[in-house]
Amino acid sequence: MTVGIVIVSHSPKVAEGTADMVRQMVGAIVPLAWCGGNGQGGLGSEVGAILGAIEAAWSDDGVAVLVDLGGAAMQAEMAIELLDEERRTRVQICEAPLVEGAVIAATEASGGSDLAAVRAMAEQLSP
Amino acid sequence: MPGPGPWCLIEAVALSLIEHADELTDLDRAIGDGDHGLNMKRGAEAVLAKADSLAALPLAELLRQSGMTLVMTVGGASGPLYGTLLLELGKALQGQPADADRPTLATALGQAVLAVKARGRSDAGQKTLLDVLVPLQQALASPQPVTSLGPLALAAAEATTAMLATRGRASFLGERSIGHMDPGARSSALMVVALLKALPAAPAEPGLTP
Repeated sequence: MTVGIVIVSHSPKVAEGTADMVRQMVGAIVPLAWCGGNGQGGLGSEVGAILGAIEAAWSDDGVAVLVDLGGAAMQAEMAIELLDEERRTRVQICEAPLVEGAVIAATEASGGSDLAAVRAMAEQLSP
Repeated sequence: MPGPGPWCLIEAVALSLIEHADELTDLDRAIGDGDHGLNMKRGAEAVLAKADSLAALPLAELLRQSGMTLVMTVGGASGPLYGTLLLELGKALQGQPADADRPTLATALGQAVLAVKARGRSDAGQKTLLDVLVPLQQALASPQPVTSLGPLALAAAEATTAMLATRGRASFLGERSIGHMDPGARSSALMVVALLKALPAAPAEPGLTP
């Protein structure tokens, strides 16, 4: 099992497209899930959907979460706080551009790196 | 707060948000992503839909459950920010009666505002809801009459019009954010006004008595 990757965008199309790009790079080795949209066909982000994606990409080695804009970051933080204590410390948000961050994080994860290394690699992309 | 209990306050706030949804969305369309009114309306309706189970709850639990409902139903930054506000108020008012005295309420709001600052990594002066919440908390902690709090909140929201946004979507617009009222500041002010209007007219004891 490798670190899992969660992609959160305000747009389901962006989230799904980013996930496609990640899959192209790492295949099915890395647990991966995405979410996006307000649940009613519009743009947005939802705590419940993020929780679902974390569950779907769960790995005991941890989950790295990539987000697009401010609201999604806050929603992801909130979702992480709602996890039980044992899981909470094993999910981290990467401060990185969504697409590049997700691809590089997943590539790092596919090599067996731990969560801290995966996050650090993605965050190198941020100035 | 004797009488019907704290639920009537939450209900009044929710109804006000629903009533002003279009106005909030218009403000957000100018300098944001145009969904603030819709998001807040969705949260307010979700809270109202739980009236049967929420109405009988003690103050702290009512705040917590309302906050969690906002977290789960309000998209964008508003859900986490307003959800955090209510969750932290609930935490700070744990064990307090519905007619908690004013110093207790001021301290609780102080804690909740700190939590909102931490959630948004923001502070007053950045053209956000904090530009209403921070002065409101300061006024609540001072001897200002309660009747002044509504006008204060509305004026604080108006004052965001001239501000440059340095946090949130509006900050992407830079100078162009100037000249538009912040939608989050406006929704905060509307909530304060609705809450104060719903306070029992002449309760005998401290709390939020004018």
